[in-house]
Amino acid sequence: MAKSREDIEADVRDVLVDALGVDEDDVVPTATLKGDLGAESIDYLDIVFRLEKKFSTPEKPFKIAQGELFPENLMTDPTLVENGKVTAKGLALLKEKVPHVALGGFESDPDITKLPTLFTVKSLCDFVERKLKN
Amino acid sequence: MRWMWIDKVIAFEPEKRLVAVKNVSLAEEHLHQHFAAEGRLPAAPVMPNSLILEGMAQTAGILVGSVHGFREKVVLAKVASATFERDVTPGETIRYDATIERMDDMGASTVGIVERWSFVDNAWAPVGRIELMFSHLDQNRAGTEFPEENFVFGENFRTLLEGAGLKKFVS
Repeated sequence: MAKSREDIEADVRDVLVDALGVDEDDVVPTATLKGDLGAESIDYLDIVFRLEKKFSTPEKPFKIAQGELFPENLMTDPTLVENGKVTAKGLALLKEKVPHVALGGFESDPDITKLPTLFTVKSLCDFVERKLKN
Repeated sequence: MRWMWIDKVIAFEPEKRLVAVKNVSLAEEHLHQHFAAEGRLPAAPVMPNSLILEGMAQTAGILVGSVHGFREKVVLAKVASATFERDVTPGETIRYDATIERMDDMGASTVGIVERWSFVDNAWAPVGRIELMFSHLDQNRAGTEFPEENFVFGENFRTLLEGAGLKKFVS
């Protein structure tokens, strides 16, 4: 049976509590991984591994490709980032590759250092929900 | 050999599992301070859990490094969890049993079981469980340059691997 949104949220909360050592009550949909929950670079890989484990079933493995959840390659490609700002090409790629991230005001001020602040608990839940449906 | 917290690799399943042992001896000077006699309390030499953790990091680190022939600079990036339920004292042997749980280009996560062999009880007993995350340094540079030489797997590790018959995995 497909997981409900509530089930997904509860499982994502478990993953973040284990990966980041945060309090369950702090894992609210609007909390950002970096700013509110204190995630550091290696934590993103930890989160990816834990999500895979949590949502994999014997029938259907849940495998997250590199850059599928967090767009790491954006940091180094010069056509996607210029003078610390994500280019129009970079923004288009973000929309295509990471639709689970709400860009909001980021489009008018696409400062690359602010990119990690866009990832919220809700982004993760949206990502998992969309991926489980496909 | 400085800062080697495993004595020998005793089992190896490529890309899956590595088991190493360490004999804890009262000749190790740090045990004299951990814990020294104080007032009416007698000395209580106990292997520090932080060094048990280092032993597991070395065991699991060799396992992760072996997957790519020790070309990657494998560094401990995170102690995901570490729980200890029993002390290890001089005269006992520690066994580190590390398994790769997940690995990709960026790094790996490992699960490790720590046990001790007691010559009094003649049995292995659980000591703890340690989950670690390793990063492949060159895949996560973030603008930082590191030396080309592999400073993680230096001469000490090569000697250890030779003794365990793992040299053929070093490319």
